[in-house]
Amino acid sequence: MEAESAAGGAPSTRRWRHALEDRRVLAPLLIAPAVIFIVLVVGLPFGWAIYLSLTDAIGGSLSGNWVGFDNFTNAWSDDNFQKALRNTLIFTFASQIIVVIGAAILSAFLVRDFRGRWIVRFLIVLPWAAPVVLSTITWLWILDSLYSVLNWTLDRLHLDNALVWLFDVTRFEEGAQVPLQWLGRPNLALAAITLVHAWRILPFAVVIFIAGRASIPNEVEDASKIDGATGLKKLWYVDLPLQLPIALVAVLFGIVFTAGDFAVVYILTAGGPFNSTQVLPTWAFQIGINSGSLGEGAAISLYLFPLLVVVTVAMLFFARRAQVS
Amino acid sequence: MTWRQKGLTYLVVGPFAIVLAFPFYLALVTMFRTDADLAIQTHTPYVVNDAEGKLHWDFWNDATTEHVGFLFNDTNYPQWLLNTLLVGAAVVAITLLLAMPAGYALARLAGGWGQSAGIGIFLVYLIPPTLLFLPLSRIVTNLDLKDSLWALILVYPSFTIPFATWLLMGFFKTIPQELEDAALVDGCSRLKALYRIVLPISLPGILTVVIFTFSLCVNEFIYAFTFISSSEQRTVSAGIPNDLIRGDVFFWQSLLAATLIPSIPLALLYNAFLDRFIKGFTGGAFR
Repeated sequence: MEAESAAGGAPSTRRWRHALEDRRVLAPLLIAPAVIFIVLVVGLPFGWAIYLSLTDAIGGSLSGNWVGFDNFTNAWSDDNFQKALRNTLIFTFASQIIVVIGAAILSAFLVRDFRGRWIVRFLIVLPWAAPVVLSTITWLWILDSLYSVLNWTLDRLHLDNALVWLFDVTRFEEGAQVPLQWLGRPNLALAAITLVHAWRILPFAVVIFIAGRASIPNEVEDASKIDGATGLKKLWYVDLPLQLPIALVAVLFGIVFTAGDFAVVYILTAGGPFNSTQVLPTWAFQIGINSGSLGEGAAISLYLFPLLVVVTVAMLFFARRAQVS
Repeated sequence: MTWRQKGLTYLVVGPFAIVLAFPFYLALVTMFRTDADLAIQTHTPYVVNDAEGKLHWDFWNDATTEHVGFLFNDTNYPQWLLNTLLVGAAVVAITLLLAMPAGYALARLAGGWGQSAGIGIFLVYLIPPTLLFLPLSRIVTNLDLKDSLWALILVYPSFTIPFATWLLMGFFKTIPQELEDAALVDGCSRLKALYRIVLPISLPGILTVVIFTFSLCVNEFIYAFTFISSSEQRTVSAGIPNDLIRGDVFFWQSLLAATLIPSIPLALLYNAFLDRFIKGFTGGAFR
């Protein structure tokens, strides 16, 4: 008796130790701190955002008078909101189209074994590894109104006027010819922001595509060889169907990262010229922080939520399919 | 591979690599250009020229480091780097403390509902900060944390914990169950087995989590931008666009140096840990 209590401590501690060996006790105990933290720092503010969106709260306060769905309808009827919503969709989907095409091509070649693969991979991963704000500032220099390296090059290739025609922009300001204003003309700015998004998401998609390729069992490769599937036929009937679920997961991530992004637009144009490049996050910032209409700002950012829910459900669906195949 | 296949590979991969890395090359070159060279629009923007716009192969003769010096001596840039390191280190510590037990429990102890719960936690990572920054900015103000790095240390784990839990869950799953079982048979308690057996083996995975969590902290912009308004308290992502861009006056060379310096070490770390990251990231979802 005495020896036992000396080894195991007081009976209550022993019971505790015993309980800690039980999965049903230990698992929730280990998960709880993380979950509680997430509820406090994500769940609580999220609920608060919904509450704020239904009130007339202004900057400096945490509450306001209940106004129902007025914020949502007011926001919706604003032209700038419509533009922001449209732009969010354009940037998100146009950039993902570029990303998918680029990643499909690039990943097909990157899985090959060639000399200099390490340095190529380093260069390709750079846009993803660099902090987004910082690399976007570099783009600010590339697209500068006076010193744009892009314009310098287009000018020497005599392609500048083709772009003027293509994007239907003017090169004249007060009668004088100026360089192409990449961030100062709505059409060009939309194109530029789309390209920067595609540029920064592409490496991530390439990496996921490569992982997807690697997860296709070798037997499939062998079997298709035996069956005589080569070239385009193999691509269409074997590679594409197998990679589709994984490719879609990469795209869905890309959508989430682009739709919710604030930094790229804010740094490049801050929503200008004349609010023509606003997206939902920058417009929510403009209304919620700069104009101090906390309630309406919260409502604007919540318009993102349905898109995210759709994307997430799709992602879970395809992730499961990828698992099965 | 035949030489034709090889040629085609380089022909495709080469241009992609050049386009993707081009902004970084341009930043590297431009940060050394003199004001006299930069100010004239006809000068070739791809290289360092002399004041007349001529390119000499004697780089250091025409280049200048005065703008990099300006960045370190006359701006708060060193302070921002330090702040970023501090916030990153603190957030990484908090994240590991909470995500390691959770990831382990989800991978090993939870049984059938572990995978679903893991996906549930991961989905939180997909909620963009743009949805939460308005209420959080009010909460931070009310807690009297505005203008303090503590605000960021408190809020950043909101996206790093879901991300890290998911990755760690993937890594813990790859560790053979037998190792732990052997320890348990030998009389180890579960927590001791986790500490003595699982953690040492998972060290590469944990290191991967450290690097990518840290990188998420460096990347974050909207919280750092709205919660903090004094220059000395900023992180690099918020400090550079706020303080080094003043109206129409751009300190371009300093600005580009400032963007390149944190990017390069991060990119090297990414490359070193990329394969492990992908394994953990897709580990829960594929296969």
